[in-house]
Amino acid sequence: MSVDPARDPLDVDALLDDPKTRIVVCCGSGGVGKTTTAAALGLRAAERGRTVVVLTIDPARRLAQSMGIDSLDNVPRRVKDVHGGGELHAMMLDMKRTFDEIVEAHADEDRARAILSNPFYQSLSAGFAGTQEYMAMEKLGQLRSRDEWDLIIVDTPPSRSALDFLDAPKRLGSFLDGKLIRLLMAPAKVGGRAGMKFLNVGMSMMTGALGKLLGGQLLRDVQTFVAAMDTMFGGFRKRADATYRLLQAPGTAFLVVASPERDALREAAYFVERLAADDMPLAGLVLNRVHGSGAAGLSAERALAAAESLEERNEEPAEDAEDAEAGAAAEPAGENLDASGIVDQEGGKVGGRNSSESEAPNSPEASGSSLPTEDTDSGASVEQLTAGLLRLHAERMRLLARERHTRDRFTALHPEVAVAEVAALPGDVHDLDGLRAIGDRLAQTSDGGRA
Amino acid sequence: MSRLQVVSGKGGTGKTTVAAALALALATEGKRALLVEVEGRQGIAQLFETEALPYEERKIAVAPGGGEVYALAIDPELALLDYLQMFYKLGSAGRALKKLGAVDFATTIAPGLRDVLLTGKACEAVRRKDKRGRFAYDCVIMDAPPTGRITRFLNVNDEVAGLAKIGPIHNQAQAVMRVLKSPETSVHLVTLLEEMPVQETVDGITELRAAQLPVGRVIVNMVRPALLDEAELELGLERTPRTAIAKTLAAAGLGGARGAGGRLVDPLLAQAAEYAERYALEGAQRAVLAEHGLPLHELPLLADGLDLGGLYELAAELREQGVRNS
Ligand SMILES: Nc1ncnc2c1ncn2[C@@H]1O[C@H](COP(=O)(O)OP(=O)(O)OP(=O)(O)O)[C@@H](O)[C@H]1O
Ligand SMILES: Nc1ncnc2c1ncn2[C@@H]1O[C@H](COP(=O)(O)OP(=O)(O)O)[C@@H](O)[C@H]1O
Ligand SMILES: [Mg+2]
Ligand SMILES: [Mg+2]
Repeated sequence: MSVDPARDPLDVDALLDDPKTRIVVCCGSGGVGKTTTAAALGLRAAERGRTVVVLTIDPARRLAQSMGIDSLDNVPRRVKDVHGGGELHAMMLDMKRTFDEIVEAHADEDRARAILSNPFYQSLSAGFAGTQEYMAMEKLGQLRSRDEWDLIIVDTPPSRSALDFLDAPKRLGSFLDGKLIRLLMAPAKVGGRAGMKFLNVGMSMMTGALGKLLGGQLLRDVQTFVAAMDTMFGGFRKRADATYRLLQAPGTAFLVVASPERDALREAAYFVERLAADDMPLAGLVLNRVHGSGAAGLSAERALAAAESLEERNEEPAEDAEDAEAGAAAEPAGENLDASGIVDQEGGKVGGRNSSESEAPNSPEASGSSLPTEDTDSGASVEQLTAGLLRLHAERMRLLARERHTRDRFTALHPEVAVAEVAALPGDVHDLDGLRAIGDRLAQTSDGGRA
Repeated sequence: MSRLQVVSGKGGTGKTTVAAALALALATEGKRALLVEVEGRQGIAQLFETEALPYEERKIAVAPGGGEVYALAIDPELALLDYLQMFYKLGSAGRALKKLGAVDFATTIAPGLRDVLLTGKACEAVRRKDKRGRFAYDCVIMDAPPTGRITRFLNVNDEVAGLAKIGPIHNQAQAVMRVLKSPETSVHLVTLLEEMPVQETVDGITELRAAQLPVGRVIVNMVRPALLDEAELELGLERTPRTAIAKTLAAAGLGGARGAGGRLVDPLLAQAAEYAERYALEGAQRAVLAEHGLPLHELPLLADGLDLGGLYELAAELREQGVRNS
């Protein structure tokens, strides 16, 4: 394992244990493990004694099921089977429902009904690019103001760019606040205002053109919608601004999650730069799904060369046996050495196991070339097998080198960023034990323990 | 082979890459394919290492055997203005609309309207004929939105029905739907052999079918090479004495069986065990995909990243697996 001199390890436990840490935001590009990291941090913090709520967005189905949050009721549920003194609550964001709740909370009954049934509202609440980001912020604000948890962990939507999370609320805000919306609202208010004459010229041209394009009914729907939402615009913006400020406050920590791949780390670098520009506190980078090897001393090249020589031997049994014996001679003989195995390469059975799977001769290339014996090759010989293990290792070492290279490019650009590496588990993470395993790896500050 | 090939899939699985490889594969041998992009991200330009594409069809690649691939990045704003110009000769009013943010408005507040414009442009290219009455393109390949949004995106008719009950937008939506729901269209889903992308693919197939949209192929991308086969995994992990492996490593010159060579055995077997677990998981996901009775294709993970050469490799791979324009 290499030592990385310039790099600070990220101390996850210190972050989670510090009572001053009140919000942790996990961000990064899609599919890198934000949701998994958020859930793992929540579980770890709870098991270390804190009262935690995790706001997840689009969790994998089985993960949601294992946490008991697969029903979409948009409120936190206590997660069972959490060890230790703390509590873990979790929820999955329902963006449409969150939007509906805002409308219901901020408009009187008639107006709320008019908004909720308007086709434009329905389209906006279900599909506007950025609605999910905005609603995540909104929900974060709500959870924070309830003051029932001493730590909130927030996952972010699976957007293509990590920055969307910061920008979307503003985009929605400025959109709802835009010139056109003002214009469209004008007819609903005609009469009252000074200066409307000027606007009306623009207006008639506008409504004319839009009306042509959209049809009159559609335009009227837009106007009704906009007028109905009017009273809420200020509220939207105010809350978005307040949440934004919350993200800049001292109790907040951002964790940027990335996989050791070029695209993901490029996004991570953008995000790091953006956080700095916006005075948002970055705790560090979580490098997720990193590969390691217990045999890192054996290079890909040597492993491949050895694999090739084994495969050659396997094709020339006589010489092979002698070489093998010569090679092993320095070592005390093992239990199987002089059993028929090594000499009898074509048989492929070290230790003379003559097993029942001989009816499935599925490696023709290994045995086909020379003497076809009765005793056909059913599985792989030890040489083939070992060669396979070595090829697997070579592949792993190449992957390690690529991952290290992309990671080093990031650290060269941002040496100030603390990093925690999380090993790639062979399978997906979909239960509390899996999350604990991720949590343990997150908290392991040296990289000596990479699996 | 359908003339409109829509490529969707979970984010990051390789939609753009596969769409481009598919365009190359289908253009092979003198055909002409149009690759369209609808999300304004310039993914095609990046892939083909060219400068950003304008809102204009231009040739970006030559396929093996003389075929041509054209590309178009459809910009919803420009498509809307185009559309207004075409049907209403709006001229300066169109520009005023843009300045006021009306176009922004129409394309954000009502994603359905934007989608009508995007799919409408693609369908127009599908149906376009030259002077001699031949189709301008043999096929159009769309790098489409991800699985989570694809049904809504293509099902513009339903989406728009609630918004525009009559009028030109309504008519446009109907015309688009006639193409999309016909055998002229085929929606392919790109996935990885991992749980979440496969789940999304399965959900996507169900949704598309429920909306009567024609599902085409499932393309498994970034498939890792099979380095140990079943027999080897079985033999290696369960039956072969560790000492035999240690000796073989020694024989291959990697250090003594009781020394350096021997110390390799545990980590190598641990890696093989991880590999076996992943292999089993991948097998299970393959089985899930196979249940849907769709043609399955597999594209290899190109270990050194993907460049233009790699794209041609993937195209050749698709052709070998029977994806061609005949
Ligand atoms: N077969 C492959 N081998 C190696 N790398 C690949 C392969 N296919 C795709 N990639 C790489 O994977 C990454 C994602 O691919 P791509 O951009 O095509 O995905 P996408 O589904 O279009 O993503 P998005 O959802 O962001 O639009 C790219 O870096 C691409 O080069
Ligand atoms: N360290 C890891 N090892 C193995 N699988 C992982 C790891 N981290 C995440 N995954 C898996 O990757 C998939 C995507 O993770 P997820 O957390 O949902 O990503 P995101 O929220 O960033 O989109 C999930 O199936 C998850 O189980
Ligand atoms: Mg997620
Ligand atoms: Mg793409």
